[in-house]
Amino acid sequence: MSVIIFTEIDNGALKKSSLEAVYYGAEVAKMKGTTATVLAIGEASEAELAKAGNFGATKVLHANDARLATGNIQAYADVLASAVTQENAEVVILAKSSLGDAVAARVAGKLKAAIVSNVTELPDLSGGFKVTRSIYTGKAFATVEMKSDKKIIAIKKNAVSVVESGASAGVEVFTPALKDADFAVKVTGTHKASSTISLPEADIVVSAGRGLKGPENWGIVEDLANALGAATACSKPVSDLDWRPHHEHVGQTGIKVSPNLYIACGISGAIQHLAGVNSSKVIVVINKDPEAPFFKAADYGIVGDVFDILPRLTKAVKAL
Amino acid sequence: MKILVCVTSVPDTTAKISFTDGDTKFNKAGVTYITGPYDDYALSRAVELKEKLGGTVTVLNVGESDSEQVIRKCLAIGADDAIRVNCEPKDSYFTAVQIATIAAQENYDLILMGRESIDFNSGVVHGLVGEMLGIPSLSPVMKLEIEGTTAKMTREIEGGKEDIEASLPLVLGCQEPIAEWKIPNMRGIMTARTKPLRVVEPVGDDLTITEKFTLPAPKGACKMIPAENAEELIALLKNEAKVL
Ligand SMILES: Cc1cc2nc3c(=O)[nH]c(=O)nc-3n(C[C@H](O)[C@H](O)[C@H](O)COP(=O)(O)OP(=O)(O)OC[C@H]3O[C@@H](n4cnc5c(N)ncnc54)[C@H](O)[C@@H]3O)c2cc1C
Ligand SMILES: Nc1ncnc2c1ncn2[C@@H]1O[C@H](COP(=O)(O)O)[C@@H](O)[C@H]1O
Repeated sequence: MSVIIFTEIDNGALKKSSLEAVYYGAEVAKMKGTTATVLAIGEASEAELAKAGNFGATKVLHANDARLATGNIQAYADVLASAVTQENAEVVILAKSSLGDAVAARVAGKLKAAIVSNVTELPDLSGGFKVTRSIYTGKAFATVEMKSDKKIIAIKKNAVSVVESGASAGVEVFTPALKDADFAVKVTGTHKASSTISLPEADIVVSAGRGLKGPENWGIVEDLANALGAATACSKPVSDLDWRPHHEHVGQTGIKVSPNLYIACGISGAIQHLAGVNSSKVIVVINKDPEAPFFKAADYGIVGDVFDILPRLTKAVKAL
Repeated sequence: MKILVCVTSVPDTTAKISFTDGDTKFNKAGVTYITGPYDDYALSRAVELKEKLGGTVTVLNVGESDSEQVIRKCLAIGADDAIRVNCEPKDSYFTAVQIATIAAQENYDLILMGRESIDFNSGVVHGLVGEMLGIPSLSPVMKLEIEGTTAKMTREIEGGKEDIEASLPLVLGCQEPIAEWKIPNMRGIMTARTKPLRVVEPVGDDLTITEKFTLPAPKGACKMIPAENAEELIALLKNEAKVL
């Protein structure tokens, strides 16, 4: 009755969100008096995978079939289901992502398992198996009891505070049989901005709205983001106007972020925007209008002109 | 082309969320219900495809009778008929079983959903239904063209997008800019009243029990920093908030 954590590999390394999931899974395993096994699919070195031990896993199953080199929802779900069977796992943990959500859903379908997504903290096992999840786009939480034998949990960023142990995990090659039908969907092209920090994974996000006046002014936003090692984001009108790419827009109908620090520049703070950022730990708002609704949701605020304030903040960060 | 569109009836995006009965029930008082914004994209693309390629669009909702207002709006936008599974959609697995049970009785070429519902935001019902029917599921799809029995799509991934080709049938979770939102016209509203809406009873059991709801702790007051001392913010973030 072990715990399995599905992890994602990006450029040969375990993703940060996946390591958080490993830690979450290891904590659940501890509560249940069992061990945590990691499933890693794709190309990575043994030394890299052994790092999962530092986050609490005892074993890593490594599936590295050439056909699994790119994220394939159906094939990955089959591999995960095989791992669950082999390890006789009761609980499956994943970090929320475009691949993780899809794989989690298909595995739940295969295992007839309850699936709860957007989980924000460790489960309560004192009476049944209860998890807390964010609902209504961050406007509320629900405590949910999972009744099925197998349980699938997709966690939100910052669901646990990770403590590294310094241990390392044993890595085993895992070669489940693959079905041809799993490869019916063909990816014919990938377009990815390679150099930027991934928005859902970022600890700091610098976000800007229509107050920036035009795409040509984004330099001051990027400068501050670079100085902070932050990802950039934007409001919906900004992506609708094509000032910034669609995958940068946060809010009710965009990406939901929960970084440690969210800096909003020239964004009014409409309820649909807040819905995507309200689980950030600290929110800073910079707006020239003292009545901007965003200040009500902020921890720190500056009433001022972004064209004046942002370059000064960048300078102050560089001076740290 | 035979298309099934799964829609949710959800609180308006500006709705204030609160609970009753000792925080065990959602408080519907004063809340306006709308079609899930992503489901609206799915429906709009379905109607566009029907107009271009012919065929039918069926709308499906797993929900209680108060979601019929949203279902009628979908019929007014251009769906031909509707099915409502008469129950509270308690969890993702249970909801997916209802959808898959209906879909298994008909041969839909496409099952379109929203990328996620805005009440539960799970983004998993399409994957569950795809697995239950044994067909591929993809989400979030931002472009969809049909050529014969092949679908050509663009899917958003972290930091970019990918182009995908797959044979029908498929289950897809949709998001903008897959289509322009359609607004019902007068004729649509008139004809919607007489379009068939079939109500069926649910099958199977739910796998979760929602015990209670909670609201986030209220934010403390915002600390204002005068613009002339803006640089102080950085020191506060480092030493007080400890996030740098
Ligand atoms: C169904 C639905 C879904 C939606 N989903 C989303 C979503 O997911 N995400 C989202 O962001 N929005 C969403 N919206 C839109 C949302 O309601 C707002 O319209 C939007 O967030 C406003 O964007 P903004 O703050 O950039 O622009 P505005 O509201 O125009 O605000 C610009 C702000 O910049 C300030 N400003 C101007 N110049 C300066 C300057 N020089 N220095 C400092 N400040 C300045 C102004 O005071 C103002 O507060 C949705 C709306 C609907 C109806
Ligand atoms: N109760 C429901 N009735 C019909 N379709 C639903 C229901 N719940 C979810 N869906 C569909 O599944 C999509 C994803 O929902 P979710 O997994 O809850 O985020 C939604 O956008 C809808 O298209």
